Amino acid sequence: MLRAAIVGLGKMGISHAAIVGANPSVDLVAVCDTSSLVLNGFKKYAPVEVYSDFRKMMDEEQLDFIVIATPTKLHFPMVKYALEKGIHVFCEKPFCLSTDEGAELVELAERNSLINQVGYHNHFIGTFRELKRLLEEDVLGDLLHFTGEAYGPVVTKEKVGTWRSKPNEGGGCLYDYASHVLNLIQEVLGRPVKVTGSLMKSIYSKGVEDAVYSLMELDNNLSGTLLVNWSDETYRKMSTSLTIQGKKGKIICDATELKIFLKEDNPREGLEKGWTIKYITDLALPVDFYLRGEEYSAQIDYFVNNVLSRKKGLVNTFEQGLYTDKVMEMIMDKAKLN
Amino acid sequence: MDKVLFGDNQFFGVNHASDEKSRAQALRFKDDAAIIRVLDQAIDLGINTFMCTTHDRIANICDHMRAHPERYEHFKIHPCMPYAHKYANAVTELGILGTIKQYVPGNFLGTFTKGGLAFLNKDFSKLMQILVDAEMKMFKGIDTPVIFIQNVLVDMILGLKMYGVFKEYDDYIRQKYKAEPGYITMNMPALLDALESVGIENPIICASINKIGFRMSGGIELYEQYLNERKFRPIAMQVLAAGALRPKEAIEYLGRFPKIESVLFGASSRNHIQETKELIEKNYFSVKAIK
Repeated sequence: MLRAAIVGLGKMGISHAAIVGANPSVDLVAVCDTSSLVLNGFKKYAPVEVYSDFRKMMDEEQLDFIVIATPTKLHFPMVKYALEKGIHVFCEKPFCLSTDEGAELVELAERNSLINQVGYHNHFIGTFRELKRLLEEDVLGDLLHFTGEAYGPVVTKEKVGTWRSKPNEGGGCLYDYASHVLNLIQEVLGRPVKVTGSLMKSIYSKGVEDAVYSLMELDNNLSGTLLVNWSDETYRKMSTSLTIQGKKGKIICDATELKIFLKEDNPREGLEKGWTIKYITDLALPVDFYLRGEEYSAQIDYFVNNVLSRKKGLVNTFEQGLYTDKVMEMIMDKAKLN
Repeated sequence: MDKVLFGDNQFFGVNHASDEKSRAQALRFKDDAAIIRVLDQAIDLGINTFMCTTHDRIANICDHMRAHPERYEHFKIHPCMPYAHKYANAVTELGILGTIKQYVPGNFLGTFTKGGLAFLNKDFSKLMQILVDAEMKMFKGIDTPVIFIQNVLVDMILGLKMYGVFKEYDDYIRQKYKAEPGYITMNMPALLDALESVGIENPIICASINKIGFRMSGGIELYEQYLNERKFRPIAMQVLAAGALRPKEAIEYLGRFPKIESVLFGASSRNHIQETKELIEKNYFSVKAIK
C-alpha cells in the first residue's frame, strides 16, 4: 500500500481525496488545509490525520506521494518541500506562477528521480485521445488551422471573490481556463512557439481577465486561434473543444464527441466521406471508481501506477506543465504590449 | 416505488453524449410551460413519479403543482439533491466557507449570529440537516416518498470513506420527512458495501445499469453479481447508455435482473415517452412477472 496525502481541500482537492481514497493500492493517511471547518469535517468522519501545516504533515507521515491542490502561488514551496523529502508529486494545474520556479522543480524532480504529474485531465478524456491518434494517422493530411476554445459560467456577476480574482496569485481566466486549452494544443497539435497577438478582457472581474483571445504559431509551423471565456452563461459547465482544419477534412472535438468531416473515404480508419461522429460512450477510459468524470480517476490511476512501477510518466509531466506556463507568459507579454 | 420513473435531465440540457444536443434541449425547455406540458403528457400516459434535481426551476414546477391540486393529486416527486453545478460553480468562485454562507438560509446565520460559523464548525449533523431542509423547501405540500442524494455527493462521501454521513442522512430523512432515503451512484458495488457497513440495510440505490457497462464503475461483472446476489432495491438509470443502445436490447438486458424495482428514463416527446414506457412495462416487468 502506498501512503498518500492531499494538501488543499477545495473543489479539486476534495475530489482528489475521494479518488485517491477509493484506490485499492493507496492508503490516504493525511490531509492538510487552513480551513478549520473543512479539517473538522475530515476529523469527524474520515479515517485520516488532519494537518494545518504541510511541512509538519510531510515530516511526520512517511508519505510515498502527495497531491497538491492549493492555490497556484503555493505550488512552488509545497512541491519543492515534497521533492526534497523524496516524495512523488501530483500537482494541480496550472503548474507555477513563475517559470524560473517551475524550471527549478522540473530539475529537482529529475535529479531525485521522482514521479511527477500535473492535473491537465483532458488528456485522459477518450475523445481527445482519439483526436490525437487520428492526427498521428494523418487522417486530415496537411494541417491548415486550429481553434482551441473553452467557455463556461464561472464569473457571471461583478463581485469580489477568492484568490481566483487576484492576478498575482494565479487568478483569472488565463491561468484557470485557458491553461487547459493551451496544454491540449501543446500536447495534441504542437508546442506554441510564438504568440502573434493577444487580447485579455475583463467582463465582470476587477483586476483579472475573464476572457483571453490569442493568435499563435506552433513548432510545426501550424497556426491558429485561442478563444476562452469563463463568463459565458450560455454554457452549463466548462466546455472545451479543439477544431482542426486540414487539406483532407476537418475535426471538431470536445469532451463528449468527435465530429469528423472527410473529403474522401479513409478505409484504413473505417471513416466514410462526409461526416462521422464518434461518441465518448465508446471512447471513455474504464475506471474502477467514478467521480465527476472518468478522466479524474484515470489521471490518478496513471500516476499511482507510475509510482508503483517507478516508471517515469509520459503524460502531464512537470516539464509539460512548465511549458504551458511559458506559453501563458508569452500571451501575457503580448497583451501588455497592446 | 412505481416501476417507471420519469427523469428531468432532458429539461435542463444534461446530455451525456453530446453538448450540441444538450444545447438544443436547453433551448426547447427555456420556458417552464414547456416542461409542464411534457410532464402532463407523461401523467396522461400513466406515469406518476417525477425524479428531479433540486434545480431552481423545479421550484416553479412545484408552484404549478400546488396551484392545481386535482391535476397532480397522485403525482409524486423523488427529489435528488443537491443540484451540484450550483455548488460547484459557487465553490470555485467563493470557496467552501463562502458557499456555505451563500446557501445556508439567512435566518439561520442570523439566529446564531455570534457563534454561527463556530457552531457549524462543531455540529456537522446540524449543517447537513439545514442544507437538506433548504433544498427540500420547494417541495412543501408535495408527496416525496423517496429523497435521493445525487451521485456527485454520494460518490464523494464514498471515496472519502465518510460513511457516517450516510447514516446521519438516512436517519434524518426517515425521521423528519417520513420518507425513504435513496442514493444515486456510479459505483454501486462499493456503495452497497459502505452502506451495509454502517447498518443501512436494503437501501434504494439508483445506478447505471446497461449492457455495455457504461458508467458502471467496478466493472459490469461485479454489478451483475450484486444484482443477482445482494439485498438492495435497485433503480436502473442510463439504461440506454447515453444513446449507445437501442431501447429494445437495453430493456431486454434489464430483464435478466428481476431485483430491479424501477427504471428511470427521460424523454421530451409524447411518442418517445409512450414507446419507452410500454417497452419497459411489456418487455421487462411482464417478463419479471412470469418469472
